[in-house]
Amino acid sequence: MKRKLPWVLLTVFLGIMVVGLLFGEYKTVLEKAVTVCLDCIGIG
Amino acid sequence: MVAKDKAVRKPREKRAWYQAAFALGINAWLPSWFKGEIFQGGVKGVCVPGLNCYSCPSAMGACPIGALQTSFAGLRFNLSIAEKKFGLYVAGFLGAVGSVVGRMPCGWVCPFGFIQELFHKIPTPKVRMPHFMSYFRYVVLATMVVALPLLIVDQFGYGQTWFCKWICPAGTLEAGIPLILLKVDLRPLVGFMYYWKIGLLVLFIGWFILSRRPFCRAVCPLGAIFGLFNKASLFRMAVDDEKCTLCDKCYKDCPVEIKIYESPNSPDCVRCLKCVSSCKFGAISYEFLGKREVACDLRAKSPASSC
Repeated sequence: MKRKLPWVLLTVFLGIMVVGLLFGEYKTVLEKAVTVCLDCIGIG
Repeated sequence: MVAKDKAVRKPREKRAWYQAAFALGINAWLPSWFKGEIFQGGVKGVCVPGLNCYSCPSAMGACPIGALQTSFAGLRFNLSIAEKKFGLYVAGFLGAVGSVVGRMPCGWVCPFGFIQELFHKIPTPKVRMPHFMSYFRYVVLATMVVALPLLIVDQFGYGQTWFCKWICPAGTLEAGIPLILLKVDLRPLVGFMYYWKIGLLVLFIGWFILSRRPFCRAVCPLGAIFGLFNKASLFRMAVDDEKCTLCDKCYKDCPVEIKIYESPNSPDCVRCLKCVSSCKFGAISYEFLGKREVACDLRAKSPASSC
């Protein structure tokens, strides 16, 4: 029997990811990632 | 004879090379180490499916747990200024990876999982981690990654990245120590928090040496998220009850100390496939997109095999 649940989940989460990208969240993540995270290194 | 060796070595002994290759690939911008800076290229917004601090000088991708916390920490401020930023990109990425392979990135991709396995090779008496501790990672996920960044905010509506700030030893090891060594201007900022994180890292390293991948099992929020997909992912483990003799060879070899014959798709399983190659009876297999693989099938090519 072919399992449908993984495909449903994959479709839903890919959809969520695309919506996030359309809202410009890639840029938000990039801005955080290219700045030294003081919290991460223990001096924040 | 050659066929037999190849078959037995197939998934198990090559895994460390994959882990090393992924660790290097995720942290490939090596010139940053010489400049004392972090990589700032446009690809760094791409999340990596492993715990790898984006402040590591050579990191080329974003840590999904750091990015997720930042989204939650800024959510109330963003809502107050009507910004549509809910962390959907990161949440969708984690869910999509989980839907395909579940927790497999922990076993093959995550640089911090690899680091733990390397420390565990130091020859000392070893200690089994009590199973109940594996539930603690859900507490870490629910509190440090989700609830506290969302609920405790300053006057502007900004929260903090609690897990990164108070716990994450990957950040200390991959970014905290190198950046303090490389950037002289950061050194005056070293204070209680830095020493707290260094102390915690030392304790974790001691634990890595004594127990198998304890951080992944008891603390890691990324492993907690991916593990939730193990039972529902496209990639699946399976155990043939008729072939399994309960010899516990798989349990002894398992880097996260699970009895796969009790729950083949346990949320604790990092899908390293060590059990598949260690089972002499071909009882353990994995399935992906309709294709099933059993190590014993490969061994059967050898005339010397008893499979």
